[in-house]
Amino acid sequence: MSSAQPSTEYEKYYVPESSSLAVRATIGLVLTVFGGGLVLNEMTFGGTHDTGGMAKYVMYVGLAIFIATLTYWFRTAIKENKAGMNSSQLSNSYVLGMFWFIFSEVMFFAAFFGALLYVRTLAGPWLAGEGDGGRMNFLLWEGFEYTWPPVITPQEVVGGALSQPIANNGEFVSQHTSMAFADAHHWYAWLPLWNTIILLTSSVTCEFAHRGLAKGDIKRFEAWLAVTVGLAIIFLFLQAAEYYEAYELFGLTLNSGIYGSTFFMLTGFHGFHVAMGMTMLLIQLIRSVRNKHLTPTDHFGFSASSWYWHFVDVVWVFLFIFVYII
Amino acid sequence: MGDHHHGPAKGLSRWLYTTNHKDIGTMYLWFSFAMFLLGGAFAMIIRAELFQPGMQLVEPGFFNQMTTLHGLIMVFGAIMPSFVGLANWLIPMMIGAPDMALPRMNNWSFWILPPAFLMLASTLLMEGGAPAFGWTFYAPLSTTYAPPSVTFFIFAIHILGVSSIMGSINIIATVMNMRAPGMSYMKMPLFVWTWLITAFLLVAVMPVLAGAVTMMLMDIHFGTSFFSAAGGGDPVLFQHIFWFFGHPEVYIIILPAFGVISQIIPAFSRKPLFGYASMVYATAAIAFLSFIVWAHHMYTVGMPLAGELFFMYATMLIAVPTGVKVFNWVTTMWRGAMTFETPMLFSIGFLVLFTIGGFTGLMLSIAPADFQYHDTYFVVAHFHYVMVAGAVFSMTAAIYFWLPKWTGRMYNETMGKVHFWVSFIGFNITFFPQHFVGLAGMPRRIPDYALQFADFNMMSSIGAFIYGASQLLFLYNVIAAITSGKRVTDEKIWDGAEGLEWTLPSPPPYHTFEVPPTIEEQPAH
Repeated sequence: MSSAQPSTEYEKYYVPESSSLAVRATIGLVLTVFGGGLVLNEMTFGGTHDTGGMAKYVMYVGLAIFIATLTYWFRTAIKENKAGMNSSQLSNSYVLGMFWFIFSEVMFFAAFFGALLYVRTLAGPWLAGEGDGGRMNFLLWEGFEYTWPPVITPQEVVGGALSQPIANNGEFVSQHTSMAFADAHHWYAWLPLWNTIILLTSSVTCEFAHRGLAKGDIKRFEAWLAVTVGLAIIFLFLQAAEYYEAYELFGLTLNSGIYGSTFFMLTGFHGFHVAMGMTMLLIQLIRSVRNKHLTPTDHFGFSASSWYWHFVDVVWVFLFIFVYII
Repeated sequence: MGDHHHGPAKGLSRWLYTTNHKDIGTMYLWFSFAMFLLGGAFAMIIRAELFQPGMQLVEPGFFNQMTTLHGLIMVFGAIMPSFVGLANWLIPMMIGAPDMALPRMNNWSFWILPPAFLMLASTLLMEGGAPAFGWTFYAPLSTTYAPPSVTFFIFAIHILGVSSIMGSINIIATVMNMRAPGMSYMKMPLFVWTWLITAFLLVAVMPVLAGAVTMMLMDIHFGTSFFSAAGGGDPVLFQHIFWFFGHPEVYIIILPAFGVISQIIPAFSRKPLFGYASMVYATAAIAFLSFIVWAHHMYTVGMPLAGELFFMYATMLIAVPTGVKVFNWVTTMWRGAMTFETPMLFSIGFLVLFTIGGFTGLMLSIAPADFQYHDTYFVVAHFHYVMVAGAVFSMTAAIYFWLPKWTGRMYNETMGKVHFWVSFIGFNITFFPQHFVGLAGMPRRIPDYALQFADFNMMSSIGAFIYGASQLLFLYNVIAAITSGKRVTDEKIWDGAEGLEWTLPSPPPYHTFEVPPTIEEQPAH
């Protein structure tokens, strides 16, 4: 396999000569997490971990550097593309990069869904004394009965944090009303249903926008994209309303035991991803309206954002099924 | 931008701002070697403490910090980045690509590593000490009972994960998109194949690890109860999530090593690799199986019998594709015109010792027997046979094999052979006796032990010091080769070596294959 000779036709693959972007982004990222770590330790452990409030400024400065660098990085990539430096092969690298990035995000959510399903099918019943796994129930959590959504935590069953037989790691107080449909007073007051409709619709409007762009109908593209972004904002607004409801009216918090833990982690990370996807789509809209950047044949930024959007939508469908319905 | 046929920039900015796969590969390799020495120093402290029974040198708490950081640094700081460095140097040269697919991101993947490890190492100086819960950081030891520095440990893991994911996406995009015309998948060198599959594993499981440490972070700081039974969660849940990451992680470490061995053994046997296609399929089979065997790390945790059986049989299945590989390597050597230069010595050392590690793995896979072996030194011996004699030996072989190509200078062969024999003997003195003390019941991660284990432990410690010292010889040999080694001018430094990288000058110019070569039809490997 050692016979090698230059091929005749080849579109040069653009390799940027050198770049300070990575080092700048590193500085931003490291300051962010180091400052964030200080903030958390100050909050939880206090005492000698107190930085007098300085920690959060380290985090803010890091975050500012990080966001500024990423913004500049994307601008650079867009400029290079507009300057005609991207061969079709390089564009394909971007496509592969985005695809595998979304795959990694799928696996991140898989960890949390896995946790939810493990607790619901195995750990929960075992805690209540079922099967081989339940043989310690009478020693540790006597009287605990498992339901989903849980109505009481094992700790509450034995009389609270102080009478807990094994190490005490905080108070877990169950919510009095869950997010399940059974606890909703009226179907039309059940926010997750509305959020499902909104998000599914937004995937369709996103696809309309894509088709408009493919046909070269920029006006139609921008209109549908604006509708999609609008739906995303409504979704986030309703999600915020739901969190308010949970904390203020239902007693459902991060400290409500495993139901609150899984509920807020899954919906919270999903909401964060919706916000990211919304930002990505909004930037595509601005690029189109202001800079006329997107053309029927050259719109990777929009394509990538739309794939991301569909991914967020699919995650929600699973969330709706496993967190809210079943 | 235009054409840039010139060499690298001068000074520090060359390394900080580089987008060149060779520069980035070099940085990964040096960084991982620095981490190898740091993790090795921690191992020396562990072995010094265990030289005799009773408490000798360090406090038990500090001993636990050492075992924890030794494991974390060796896995995430030494072995993984070293193979990423190898991938950076070799994949573009092996598939005829001008560089990695996403060069700036490539630089970023590297540069977030050193600060992450600085943050991890700095936990040693923090109040309450460094993480002391073992590299597997089981809850609740890593949540309810963790020192405050655990927060920085968690963020360090997050950054390592980001680095690995970006690095892997880059490798996947490079291999899928940048192969020279005619370089079909089934013509790729096996090292490229094993890395493609490894990169897939990384993208699949590093996010799961990120999820696990995120749940820890929430339990510690925000009062969630993922790993706390009091709130309806389960500490065993942590183990499931961790090992869903952790078992594929084992193959992430060893598959590129398989790739290296599959390049080196044919070169010094002067025969094509036996069973190329079966090697590819075996690699893929191992990768698939790695996702359904994780709970064999948890036989004693109280799983239902059905779980024990499923994970036992699934684990035993791994012996089949692994056996295919071992037999293929042996068959490649069969009736070859073999010579035994340093890279080949390390490869054969790999083959023998990795197979021993594989067999002890098979012993551990038997659920009822594992109740005896679990958390003993038998397990320590087992995974050091695959991690050190497997991954590290193959990495060492790779350095000796490709260093002359990278630098255009030859290392000292005699010193290389001495390095091999001292390593090989030192390694076996260290870890072979650990099988015996483990079977006799000596638990791992304990700074003191019962008197009957004293002799074997002293042997282990002496072996560890020998093995550790021999790595300094390696460092010296590499530096001497780079600075004053004999110049090599042949493209093909090893007469039996095959592949595109051996068509390039030694050392290769800063930019290679800016126009891809055409791979002509010819007999397979």
